[in-house]
Amino acid sequence: MVGLPVAQGLYDPRNEHDACGIGFVVNIQGVQSHDIIAKGLQILINLAHRGACGCDPETGDGAGILIQIPHKFFTRECAGLGFTLPPEGEYGVGMVFLPVEPSHRLLAEGILERIAREEGLTVLGWRDTPVDVDAIGRIARASQPYIEQIFIRGASGMSQDELERRLYIVRKRAESEIAGSDLPDKSFFYIPSLSSRTIVYKGLLLAHQIAEFYTELTDPDAISALCLVHQRFSTNTFPSWQLAHPYRYLCHNGEINTIRGNINWMHAREKVLVSELFGDDLKKLSPVIAAGGSDSSSIDNAVELLTLAGRSLPHVMAMLIPEAWDADTTMRPEKKAFYEYHASLMEPWDGPAAIAFTDGRSIGATLDRNGLRPARYLVTHDGLVILGSETGVLPVKPEDVKFKGRLQPGRMLLVDTVEGRIVPDNELKQRLWSRKPYGEWLKANQITLDSLPEPPRVYESDLGNIVKRQRAFGYTDEDLRVLMLPMAEKGEEPIGSMGTDTPLACVSDKPQPLFHYFKQLFAQVTNPAIDPIREELVMSLTSYIGHERNILEETPLHCHTLKLQQPLLTNRDLEKLRRVSTGDLLANTLPMLFRVAGGEKELERALDGLCRRASLAVRSGYSLLILTDRGMDEEYAPIPSLLALSAVHHYLVREGTRTQVALIIESGEPREVMHFCLLIGYGASAVNPYLAIETLEDQAARGNLPAGMTFETALKNYKKAINKGLLKVFSKMGISTLQSYRGAQVFEAIGLSKALVDRYFTGTASRIEGVGLAVLAREAKMKHDYAAQPVSEADTELDVGGSYQYRVRGEYHLLNPGTVSKLQHAVRQESFQTFQEYSALVDSQSRELCTLRGLMQFKLGDKDQPVPIEEVEPAAEIVKRFATGAMSFGSISKEAHETLAIAMNRIGGKSNTGEGGEDEARFERDANGDWRRSAIKQVASARFGVTTNYLVNADELQIKIAQGAKPGEGGQLPGYKVDEVIARVRHSIAGVGLISPPPHHDIYSIEDLAQLIYDLKNVNPRARISVKLVAEVGVGTVAAGVAKAHADVVLISGHDGGTGASPLTSLKHAGIPWELGLAETQQVLVLNDLRSRVRVQTDGKLQTGRDVTIAALLGAEEFGFSTMPLVSMGCIMMRKCHLNTCPVGIATQDPALRAKFQGTPENVINFFFFIAEEVRQWMSKLGFRTMDEMIGRVDRIEMRHALDHWKARGLDFSSILYNPQVPRRVGRRCTMAQDHGLAEALDYKLIDHAKDALEQGAPVDFQLPIRNVHRTVGAMLSGEIARRYGSAGLPDDTIRFQFTGSAGQSFGAFLAKGVTLTLEGDANDYVGKGLSGGRLIVYPPRTSTFLPEENMLVGNVVLYGATSGEAFFNGMAGERFAVRNSGATAVVESVGDHGCEYMTKGLVVVLGRAGRNFAAGMNGGIAFVLDETGEFAGVLCNQASVDLEPVTDPADMQALENLISRHVEATASPRGKWILENWEEMLPKFVKVFPHEYKRVLGIPRYQPAKAEAAHPQPPQVVPAAASLKHQEAAHG
Amino acid sequence: MGKVTGFVEYSREAPQRRPVAERVSDWFEVYQDFSEDKVRTQGARCMDCGVPFCHTGCPLNNIIPDWNDLVYRDRWRAAIRVLHATNNFPEFTGRICPAPCEAACVLGISEPPVTIKVIEKTIIEHAFSEGWIQPEPPARRTGKRVAVVGSGPAGLAAAQQLNRAGHSVTVFEKADRIGGLLRYGIPEFKMEKRVLDRRLKQMIAEGVEFRTNVHVGRTITGAALQKDFDAILLAGGAEQPRDLPVPGRELNGIHFAMEFLPQQNKVCEGDDVSGQILATGKSVVIIGGGDTGADCLGTSHRQKAASIHQFEIMPVPPNDRAPQTPWPLWPLQLRVESSHEEGGVREWSMATTSFTGDENGRVNKLHGIRVGPAPKFEPIPGTEFTLDAGLVLLAMGFTGPVQSGLIEQLGVALDARGNVATDSSYATNVPGVFAAGDLRRGQSLVVWAIAEGRRAAEGMHRHLVNRESPLAEDV
Repeated sequence: MVGLPVAQGLYDPRNEHDACGIGFVVNIQGVQSHDIIAKGLQILINLAHRGACGCDPETGDGAGILIQIPHKFFTRECAGLGFTLPPEGEYGVGMVFLPVEPSHRLLAEGILERIAREEGLTVLGWRDTPVDVDAIGRIARASQPYIEQIFIRGASGMSQDELERRLYIVRKRAESEIAGSDLPDKSFFYIPSLSSRTIVYKGLLLAHQIAEFYTELTDPDAISALCLVHQRFSTNTFPSWQLAHPYRYLCHNGEINTIRGNINWMHAREKVLVSELFGDDLKKLSPVIAAGGSDSSSIDNAVELLTLAGRSLPHVMAMLIPEAWDADTTMRPEKKAFYEYHASLMEPWDGPAAIAFTDGRSIGATLDRNGLRPARYLVTHDGLVILGSETGVLPVKPEDVKFKGRLQPGRMLLVDTVEGRIVPDNELKQRLWSRKPYGEWLKANQITLDSLPEPPRVYESDLGNIVKRQRAFGYTDEDLRVLMLPMAEKGEEPIGSMGTDTPLACVSDKPQPLFHYFKQLFAQVTNPAIDPIREELVMSLTSYIGHERNILEETPLHCHTLKLQQPLLTNRDLEKLRRVSTGDLLANTLPMLFRVAGGEKELERALDGLCRRASLAVRSGYSLLILTDRGMDEEYAPIPSLLALSAVHHYLVREGTRTQVALIIESGEPREVMHFCLLIGYGASAVNPYLAIETLEDQAARGNLPAGMTFETALKNYKKAINKGLLKVFSKMGISTLQSYRGAQVFEAIGLSKALVDRYFTGTASRIEGVGLAVLAREAKMKHDYAAQPVSEADTELDVGGSYQYRVRGEYHLLNPGTVSKLQHAVRQESFQTFQEYSALVDSQSRELCTLRGLMQFKLGDKDQPVPIEEVEPAAEIVKRFATGAMSFGSISKEAHETLAIAMNRIGGKSNTGEGGEDEARFERDANGDWRRSAIKQVASARFGVTTNYLVNADELQIKIAQGAKPGEGGQLPGYKVDEVIARVRHSIAGVGLISPPPHHDIYSIEDLAQLIYDLKNVNPRARISVKLVAEVGVGTVAAGVAKAHADVVLISGHDGGTGASPLTSLKHAGIPWELGLAETQQVLVLNDLRSRVRVQTDGKLQTGRDVTIAALLGAEEFGFSTMPLVSMGCIMMRKCHLNTCPVGIATQDPALRAKFQGTPENVINFFFFIAEEVRQWMSKLGFRTMDEMIGRVDRIEMRHALDHWKARGLDFSSILYNPQVPRRVGRRCTMAQDHGLAEALDYKLIDHAKDALEQGAPVDFQLPIRNVHRTVGAMLSGEIARRYGSAGLPDDTIRFQFTGSAGQSFGAFLAKGVTLTLEGDANDYVGKGLSGGRLIVYPPRTSTFLPEENMLVGNVVLYGATSGEAFFNGMAGERFAVRNSGATAVVESVGDHGCEYMTKGLVVVLGRAGRNFAAGMNGGIAFVLDETGEFAGVLCNQASVDLEPVTDPADMQALENLISRHVEATASPRGKWILENWEEMLPKFVKVFPHEYKRVLGIPRYQPAKAEAAHPQPPQVVPAAASLKHQEAAHG
Repeated sequence: MGKVTGFVEYSREAPQRRPVAERVSDWFEVYQDFSEDKVRTQGARCMDCGVPFCHTGCPLNNIIPDWNDLVYRDRWRAAIRVLHATNNFPEFTGRICPAPCEAACVLGISEPPVTIKVIEKTIIEHAFSEGWIQPEPPARRTGKRVAVVGSGPAGLAAAQQLNRAGHSVTVFEKADRIGGLLRYGIPEFKMEKRVLDRRLKQMIAEGVEFRTNVHVGRTITGAALQKDFDAILLAGGAEQPRDLPVPGRELNGIHFAMEFLPQQNKVCEGDDVSGQILATGKSVVIIGGGDTGADCLGTSHRQKAASIHQFEIMPVPPNDRAPQTPWPLWPLQLRVESSHEEGGVREWSMATTSFTGDENGRVNKLHGIRVGPAPKFEPIPGTEFTLDAGLVLLAMGFTGPVQSGLIEQLGVALDARGNVATDSSYATNVPGVFAAGDLRRGQSLVVWAIAEGRRAAEGMHRHLVNRESPLAEDV
C-alpha cells in the first residue's frame, strides 16, 4: 500500500477510517453521453465539503469516478497507438498504477502481461494515461504512481461474463505475485479496475481536480450511461492513491464495524469454496480479501467474488448487508426466509453504510439496517436518476423533477439500464426471495434446540463442593454480591459510579481472569454507537451454528444449521447438543485442562494438544466442538477458557477448517457480561456457564435471593441481564447482531506479550507487551492452590475482591482512605506539606503498581541542568491550563456545580457545564465579582438546554463523543433527580427521567462531526470547539480526523476517569489508560503534521503534579480533572452517585442532603494550585522554564528501572515513548489556529441584510437563492441575536428570509426567536437542528409537478435537539425526525423511522405515514399522527413508553386544527387543506401519542402538590404550544 | 447494601446504660440489652461506602459494611462468618473497643455514625446463642510446636490462628487464670468474665494448651522454651507502668492501677483476696485521665469510695472533634465513659507535686498545681492546691514491656521506645522468636492486640511451613 506509513510507535495503519460523500447519475435507458460524466463530476464538486484535506490544502483525501468503458474514445485513442480495439464487450481495460521508476515499471508490466497470456487472453497494448500533474497538490504528486491503461482481449467465443472472470483472475494473480515479489517500489502497483464494462479514475485528489488531472474525462468522446462518484474524508492525511473510491464495484460511505471478523471468516471460508464457473481457477483468487485494504475495499473484494461466481449484484448486497429482518413484524415471511437462509451462510457485514454499486449495466445503492447514512435521489422526467449523499448535488429545474426520494434503512434502489427502468425495492427483493423455496428449505433443514430430543442425563449441581470450584475459577465475594445477585434479582447489569482506580490486570498482584486483560473497543466519531434498547428492532442475538458450507453455492443443505435464539446454554441445552445426531450435526467434547504443577510448559503442551485434537475432530466430521473445563482435580486446573477457545479458533482459521465447525464453551469461568462478550468475540457460538448457573442455585438454596424468588426466576433474570449486556456491548461498537460480533475481536489487550497474542489472539492489538503463558499458568495455579485450601468457618469463603469497593485484602485503589482524607485535610488546612504527603501516597506505587504512569520515571539527565524554581513559569499561569470535567447540573448538585465554576473562573481555568444545560442566571457575574458561568459548554447527545443563548455564552464548546466511564453509551438521569430547576434548565418536565442517547444523532461519521463543528462555530465564532474522545486503540487516527474536521481542541479521556453512573461492565472493561491514548494521539498528529493546529487535552484520574507532568511530556497541553476536585469539595467516593443519596451533598438533588455540602471554591483552588506547584517542582528538576517547552518531550520519560514485579517486568513502553522522527518544521504542539472556512458562510450576507433588525429591532425581509453548499444558514445570525438579546430574541417575524433552491445541511440550525426562514425547494439533513425559537417553513417549488406529501422535502435528523420554535414542512422528512425535541412545535407530512425518539417536550404533528419505532424513549411532549391505515398504532409506533389515544379532548382538537390551519397558511399544503376540508372524517384517524411518564407527572404533581392547577388534567404547555410560540415560551418562564 | 436510604430514614440509636444507682451496686455489665430488631435497623443506616473508612479505621480491618448489610437482611449466620474472618474475638471488641471505626464512619461527617460496635457485639452474641460457635480444630497437624508467652488478646488471637493452621500451640500465663488484661485489667462491669471463659472453652476444645502460673523467664527459662518449641511468640504486654516520682510517692495508699484493678477482678471471680486495696470509704484520687483511670473510677464507685477525683495533666479537650484531628482520624474530644456518669470529679491541667501522709506512713494529702498545655506543662503560679487523699491510684499509662527476665534472657532487640523490635512479619532479631501486642507496639487497644496477634501468627505460619508468600515466587 503506497503512502500509509508502516506501523510505528502506537500508530497502526489498520486503524485508518474513512467516510465521505457518494453519488451517481445514470440514464435509465442506458443512453450513453458525455453529459453523464460531466454531471457526475459536478456532483463530486458539490459534495466537496463532505471530503477533507489535511496539512496540504491542495491535496484531498481522495476522490474518484467509475464509468462505463468509453469505447468510442478508446477506439480513437488506440488507433493512434497502433492497435485496434475489438467491438465493445470483447476486451477489457485495466487502469493500472505502476512504479514511477521505468525499469521497475517494465517488470510490473511484464508480469501482468505474462499472467494475462497464461490465462488465455491477448494483451492488445498499453496506453499512457495522460495526466496533468500541475492540477494536483504537493503531497499527492509526491506519492503519485505512474498511470497506464492496459487493453486485453478475450479469447474468441468467450462470453463477456467469462471475460470478466478471466480479468478478475488476472488481477488477483498479478496482485499476489507482485506483492510476493521483491520488485522494488512494488507498493505502487495497484489495479483500480480491470474490466470489460467499467473503468475507475481515482486518486489522491480533490473533487475539482479529477477532471483536470485525468484530462480524457473532459473529452466529448468519453461517454457513459452511468457515473458513480465518491469524495473521501479520511481520518488521516497519509497520502494513498489506492484507498480512494470507487473500488471495482462500489463506493461506500460509512464504516464496517465488524471488518476484522468478516475478513477472518472470509479467510476461513476460502478452503471450502467451490465454483463451477471458476473451477480450479478458484485457487488463484486467494486471498479473496486483499491484505492492507480498508473496510470498503474488503467488502468490494467480497462483492466481486460473490458476483462473479454467479449471484446478481443485488443478491450479493442483500446477503452482505441484510435488512433488520429478525424483529420486523411487518416483513412478509418469504422475505424473512430469504434473509434467514442467507444468515446461515454468512454473518452480516455490519456498520453504518450507504453503498452505491454497479456492475456497469445496472447501478444501485443500499443502506445498512439502521439507515445511518443519508442517500437522497431524484428522478427526472427525461430519464435520469441522480443519487447523492445530499439533495441538490445537481441543479435540476423543479418542473423537470418527477419524484424525489430517499433510501430507507435496509432498502435498495436499482436502476437497470438493460431493462431501462428503475426496479423498486419491493420488486427487487421479491425477485430475490422468490428465487428458491427458502422457507421450505429452512423448515426441512433448520434445527432448533426445542426440536432436539431430551437428553437422557444432565450434569447435576454439586452444591456441596461449590466453594472449592468457585475459588478455582477465581470467583470473588464481589462477583456474587455486586455482579451476579443484582443481575439475578433485577434482570439487568448493576450500575456503579466514579470510574475505576484499581490496577490494570497486568500489574495487579491478584490472580486475574484472563478476560480482564482485555478492553472493549467502541465506536466514536467515524461510526456511531447504536441504542440497543430504544432501537432494539435492529438488534439480534440469534445465530446459526454448525457446519458452514461453500458460499458460492445455494442448496437446501446450506441452512442445515442449529438456530440459537441467544448464546447462553443451560446444562440441559448443552446435553442436547452433546448428543445431537440430526443430519450431519455431531458433537465432540474436548477437555481444556492442564497439569497445573507443570506451569508454562504444561499449559503450552495442553493448548497444543487441544488444537491438534480439535483439528482431528473437524477432519473426522464433527461439526460441534464443546470445549469443557469440567473435571478439574488436584492435578489438573482449567485452562483460561478464553485462551483455549481463541487458540483453537485461530488454529482452525489458519488451517482453513474453521467454518466447518462451531465452538461451544462449557466453562465454570464466565460469569459477567464482559466474559461472554470476549468468548463470543473470539469465536464461540454458545456458552454454558455451568458454575455461574450453579452459583445462582446455591445462592437460592442459601436464601440469598429476595424473598419469594426461585432459582428458576433468578436464572431467567441472569440470562436476561447477560443478553441485554451483550447487546449493549455490541451496540457500543455499532454492531447490531451477535452473528457479526462473533469472531470480530473488537478488543484491545493491555499487558499481554506480543508472542502470546500473535499465537493465540492473532490480530488483536496489544501494544505494551506484558505477560505470557508463564504468568497465566501461575495465575491458574494461585487459584488452584486457593481452591485446595480447606474452606474454614473462620475465613471468608471467597476472596473479598475489592474491585468495586475498597477492601484491605482486595485490589489496590488509588483512591483509598489514606489518599482521600489526606487530600481533604490538605485543601482545607491550605497545607502544601499535607498535600505532598498525599502526593507521595499516590505517586509511590513502588509496592502497589496500579497505572502505566506509575511504571514511568523522569529522565533527569545532567545535560539539562535543573533550573531554579523561581525561573519556572508561575503557578498562576499553569492553572489556566486546567479544566474541570463535564459533570452536569443534575448529576451533581447546584452547590457543587457552582462551586466548581466559581473556583475555575477565579483562577482562569475552565469549568464545564456537562450535558445538562446551564441556568441563564449564571451567565451574569454575581455582585461580589464571582462568576458561576461555566466557560466550557458541553454539547452532548441529548442536547439538554443547548440553546443559541447557551452556546454564545461560552469560551469553549465541547462536543462529547464519548465519556471515560462508559464510552459508547448514553446516560440516564432518573426522574427523582429532575426537580423544577433542572427540568427548566434542561427544557424538560420535572419528575420525568431523562435519557441521553448513545450516539449524537447528527454524528454518524467524521464528515458529520465536521458539520457539527461548523454549526457550532457559526453560532459562536469566538468559542473554540473541542471534541472529547476516549482512549482506545486507533484513537490517534480518530483524533487526526477530528483535527481535519477543524476542531480547535481534542480531548483524550482515559478509561479510568469518569464520575458518572455507568454499567459496571463499561466502567471496568471499556476504554484504555490515557497514557496510551494520549501518546498515540500525539504520535499520529505529529506524523500527519496536524499537531500544530489543534490543542490536546487529557483527563482521567489525574491526581498529582507528577501525573500532569507525565501527561505534558506525552503531549498534552491542557489537563482535565473531575474526581479530585470533587474529593477536594468533600466527595468521599461513596460510588453511589446514581442513587441520589450522596451524603456529602455533591451527587444528589435531595435538598436535605444538599444542605450537607461543605465544599468551597477555596478547596478547589487550593487543589489546583498545589498541583501546579508540584508541576513547577518537576519542571525545575527537568530543566523546563515553561510548560510549552515541555509538551511532547517523551524523551524525558523512561520506564522505571529494576521493575521486578512478577507481571510488570514483561511490559515494554517503547511504543508509548516513541518519538516520530519528523523535520523540525513539523510542530509538536499547537502553534496556529484552524481555518474554519467561515468566510464562505451565507450568514455574513444575512447579518448584513438584518443590520436594522439587529441594531434597532426593525423588521427586514429579503429573498435569496440557496444551494446545497450553503450550510448552517441562519446560525451565525442567530448567534448575533442571542448575544444582543439573550434567549428572549427578537419579536416574532422581525427578520424574514425567503430562499429558493436546495439548502445545504443544517438549514436553520439554532435559529433564534424573531427569525423566520422560508425555503421553496428542499433541504438536506439537520434542518432546524437545535432550533431555538425561530420559525422554519419549507415547501416544494411552486412549479414542481409531484405531490408534495409523497416527495422527500427535508433530510434526516430534522429538528434534532430543538428547544423551542416552529417548523412547517410541506413534504416528507427522513429518519429520526424531531429526536430529542424539547420544546419545538412542528408539522410535517410524513416521517421516516425513529421519529420523535427521546422527545421530552414540544408538539409534533404528522399528517401522514410515520416510520417504524416512532416515539421510542419519548417521555414528554405530545405527538399527533394521522394513521389512516391503522398501521401506526398497530406496529410502527414503539409503545414502550407512550400510550396511543384518540383525539377527543376539545382542547387537543382545537389545538390540532389550529396548527394544521397554520401549516396550510404557511406552506399552502394541499394535503393539509384536504384534511381540514374533511375534518370530521379525518379527526378520528388522528392518534395522540402521550408518554406514560408525562401522564404520570401530570396526574401526580410531585413537585408542586400544593398548587390546585397542577392537578388540572391538561398540561398548560400543550394547548398554547399549538396556538402560538409566544405562549409556549411563556410557559417555560 | 443495607438500605439505600436507611441513613436518611433512621437515626442512630445505641443501647442505654443501666441507671447509675442500679449499676454501681453490682458488677454486671453497664449496658442494657438492645433488641436485634433495633440492631437491624441500625445496620440499615450503613451506606455501604465505595471507600469504607470504617474498614481501615478498624485496626483489624473488619469488613464492616458487609456484616452491617447482612444483619439488616437478617442473615446472621453469614454475618458471623464475615466478622470472624477478620476478628477472632468480636465479643471482646464489641464490648470494650473504643470503636475507632465509628470515628471513621463516613456517615459521621455530618450525622452520628453507624453503631458499628453494638452491631458487632450483637452478631457474636446471636451466634453464641444459636450454638454456632463450635470448636474448629485443624483438619491435620503440622507437627510444629509453638509457644505463646502471654495470654492477653494478642496471645490468644495468635494462639487460635496458629492452632487452626495445624500447629500445636501452648500458651504460657504467669497469672493463675488465662486472659491477661482481659482477665485482670478490664473490670467486670465492662466485660463479664464469662464472656472470656466461653471463648477459652472453644480454644481448649480446638486443642490449644494453656499453662497458667508459669512465668516464662522465671519459672522456666527462655532457653528451655527455645529448645522445646519451633517458634515462640512474645505477647507479654507492656506491663511497666509509668511512675510518678514526686516526694511522698513511697507512702502507703499510693498504688498503680494495675495493683488495684486485678484484685477486684479476682474478688469478682470469687477468690478471697487478703489485704485487698479498697476504695471503700476513702477519698480516692486517680491520676491519669485515660481508660485505665476510668476503670479505677468505676471500680471505686462500686467499692463505695467517699469521694473520687480524677486528674489529667492535659487540658480539657473540646466537646466536639478538635480541628487538629479531622475526620476520619481518631478525634480528640471530651469523652464521657460510664464511670464518669457515675460520679466523681474530673479535673484537667492538673499536676501532682507531692504527697504527704500521716504518722503511719499512709498518704492523706495530695499537693498539686495547675499547669499550662503540653509539651511544657508550665506550672501556673498561684494555683497550688492540696486535696485529701486516702487512696491514690496511678493510671498514667505504661512505658513498655518488662525487660528483665525473658526479654533479656532471649537477647531480643528493642526499639527506641523500649518495645520489642520486629520486622514486617513480626519476627524479632532472634530466629524463631516473634512478638506481638503491646509488648511490640506499646500500650494500645485490645483491638490492636488482636490484630497484632493475627498478623504475627501469619508471619509465624510462613516461617514454620518455610514458605514465602506465593506472590514472591519467581515466574
